[in-house]
Amino acid sequence: MEIRQHYFYPQGRGCMRAWRGLLTACVLWSVLSASAPAADAVSNAVQVLQSLKGGGVDNKSAQRAVVTLVGSGERAMLPILQGFQNASPLGANWLRNSFEQIADRIVSTGKPLPTTALEEFIRDTTQSATARRLAYETLRAQDPAIESRMIPEMLLDPGAEFRRDAVARLVEEASKAEGPAAVELYRKALTGAVHEDQVKVVAEALRKNGETVDISRHFGFVSRWMLTGPFDNREEKGFAVAYAPEKEFETQGPSLSAEYDGMNGKVTWKPLETTDDYGLIDIAAQIENFKGSAMYASTVWNSPAEQSLQIRLGTPNAWKLWVNGKLMFEREEYHRSSQMDQYVIPVTLKAGDNSICLKICQNEQTQEWAQKYQYQLRVCDSTGAGVLPAPVAAGNSEKSGGEQ
Amino acid sequence: MSRGQRISGIGMLCLGLLCSSSADVQAEDWLQFRGNATDSVAVNEALPTELSGSTIAWKSELPGRGVSGPIIANGQVYLSSSSGYSQDRLHVLCFDADSGNKAWERQFHATGRTMTHEKMSNATPTMASDGQRVFAFFSSNDLICLDSSGRLLWFRGLGSEFPNASNSLGMSSSPVVVGGIVVVQVESDAEAFACGIDIASGETKWQIERPRAANWTSPSVIPATNKQPALVLLQSSKGLTAVDPQSGKIQWNFEKGASTIPSATVSKGTVYVPSNGLTALRPGTEQVEELWNSGNLSPSTPSPVVMDGMALVVNSSGVLTAGNPENGERLWQLRLRGAFSSTPVVANGYLYAFNEAGVAFVVKPEADKGTIVSEMDLAETILCSPGVSNGGLFVRSDRHLIKLATPK
Repeated sequence: MEIRQHYFYPQGRGCMRAWRGLLTACVLWSVLSASAPAADAVSNAVQVLQSLKGGGVDNKSAQRAVVTLVGSGERAMLPILQGFQNASPLGANWLRNSFEQIADRIVSTGKPLPTTALEEFIRDTTQSATARRLAYETLRAQDPAIESRMIPEMLLDPGAEFRRDAVARLVEEASKAEGPAAVELYRKALTGAVHEDQVKVVAEALRKNGETVDISRHFGFVSRWMLTGPFDNREEKGFAVAYAPEKEFETQGPSLSAEYDGMNGKVTWKPLETTDDYGLIDIAAQIENFKGSAMYASTVWNSPAEQSLQIRLGTPNAWKLWVNGKLMFEREEYHRSSQMDQYVIPVTLKAGDNSICLKICQNEQTQEWAQKYQYQLRVCDSTGAGVLPAPVAAGNSEKSGGEQ
Repeated sequence: MSRGQRISGIGMLCLGLLCSSSADVQAEDWLQFRGNATDSVAVNEALPTELSGSTIAWKSELPGRGVSGPIIANGQVYLSSSSGYSQDRLHVLCFDADSGNKAWERQFHATGRTMTHEKMSNATPTMASDGQRVFAFFSSNDLICLDSSGRLLWFRGLGSEFPNASNSLGMSSSPVVVGGIVVVQVESDAEAFACGIDIASGETKWQIERPRAANWTSPSVIPATNKQPALVLLQSSKGLTAVDPQSGKIQWNFEKGASTIPSATVSKGTVYVPSNGLTALRPGTEQVEELWNSGNLSPSTPSPVVMDGMALVVNSSGVLTAGNPENGERLWQLRLRGAFSSTPVVANGYLYAFNEAGVAFVVKPEADKGTIVSEMDLAETILCSPGVSNGGLFVRSDRHLIKLATPK
């Protein structure tokens, strides 16, 4: 790879000249900035930032685009925010920096922010949740009252941060209420809650009031699986070995009536179910902590239509994930902690049955903290709100270890 | 040329001047983790030796969480934080070093994984600077370059470019800047590499594979001399590797293993690497010679510091041990109090150490003993390594950026 080297360090007088030049240019820039670039220049600049490829190769064009946007001042604010919609995460960060520079300049000069336009943008739930949040926080810094004006309406917002704020207000309100009034508020809060800490608080309060809460269903955890194994993973060598189930995943799909050569003899697929609130499949406790082994797991998730969702996985073990025969990601890390939603994998599920398969590997570490052999997997939308499968067709439920 | 294009051109001229003019490093700057030479030594600095409430020059509130330490360039203090339910909001903050007033704050969204151990945060690596640009690096492997007014110059989402290079406990390696290159170590069980990125363009100049294993150490620098250019030291469980920061070419390897938490320190041409206790190395251009090894000098999380004929380490019990840097022989021990994550700094013959509970110790290390001359309880969790500039000792707690200085 040929990389240009173009940094240099003028010293002494050269440096002073450079700074004088900079000062002059800045003065000129600020004078000329009174007239902003045309709308097409703003639109073009937004497009440049939306289409950044990353890898450090297009930073110069990004810098030019930011200069155009910042030079446009207030009139670029909405186009920048709207641009988040089709921007990559990298592009969104460049857009954000442009917006923040403009907002800083407006506020520091004592001018008002375009409050009405920004509030309208925040209410437009078809726009990027990240951009709407940026607009909201920019206004909130100047007018904290916006919180009580807008947040209560945002319990089911497409933005997880807005939902979190709305849930927090309801939980606060519920904690001051009693009896049925409190239960009603907690129930309402639960409809919007997408974060584990808030769901825990709400569920605990409801259960104390004698209410039933299905946390696993709320989060969309997959609780019924078919498992087979153990296969050999001594010296961690089995992670890279495609054992028979793995070959089936990538071809015709798992053959649930098959018998395989496992590390301790013949193995078959067996159903495993969990009643854990957080969908934990505990291989060590529910089957056995086979040291130096690999287990395969399979389930079927029936989607009513094609939809873009997320699979979120938590495991302290090495793993591979296939969806409809396609390897989505693999990760060889053992016992570096585990938590719900540890890994987020975007997926497009087709209408009808979708095959979700896992390989979970245990190594041979002997420390007490290295004995977990487990996973938890859920299906959710981009906010983290659980999404449930359509009911499994009659006669099809055994593919997933039973109806989900 | 349209007016819009003309204005853009002038704006770019400003930006171009900024990007190309002097990296005017001031003597009092503290530009990266453990200072300009990554040795934790503040040169020609005098800090207060008697700490009290009156030596707290200012305290500024911080958003979110962070373990990163402050850096100081041209009278501005830079610091990173992360916030949000999943620590995916990245903050870069700039404060006036004299007043503590916040000059600006910029936010970004992480593009890589943000999960960390609860003791760490996404903002664990300390920022770096060439004196003009600042580089904020996060556990999510997002590397962000801004100018001194908060304008984004480039953004590298190394977490999205290399999605398996992450650690579920968090990443902590701080970048270093050497000769126009920012060097980052991104090492985990699943994927590991180090790379040198051009500070002006943000483009990768070189990238090398590293041992695939979790690693929390930071690169160290062997400064350039008349005889040889600067080298960057990359530490891992395998040992220590010296690379040319311009090309990434490996110059030599020390292969007897090393710690994955405290980092090597270079003092007067000798490398002190946390390896089987502490090991001293004499580096050459293409090879390295082991001078001594001492199991009696065992740094825990803080990296070793060398000053005035003493190699100083803090162990996991909070005991400060001084060794002879010539032969590794233990000279004396001094029990401080509590656990330490922060690497101490030395200035004007004194050592400044902060324990995790927020107690600051001023220690006078001498040839035959160490003495605590002052201590002060800041009563806030402190895990970061402090920075020193222009008579000020800057440290971040979990809630505040704090400046300690002799009252004017």
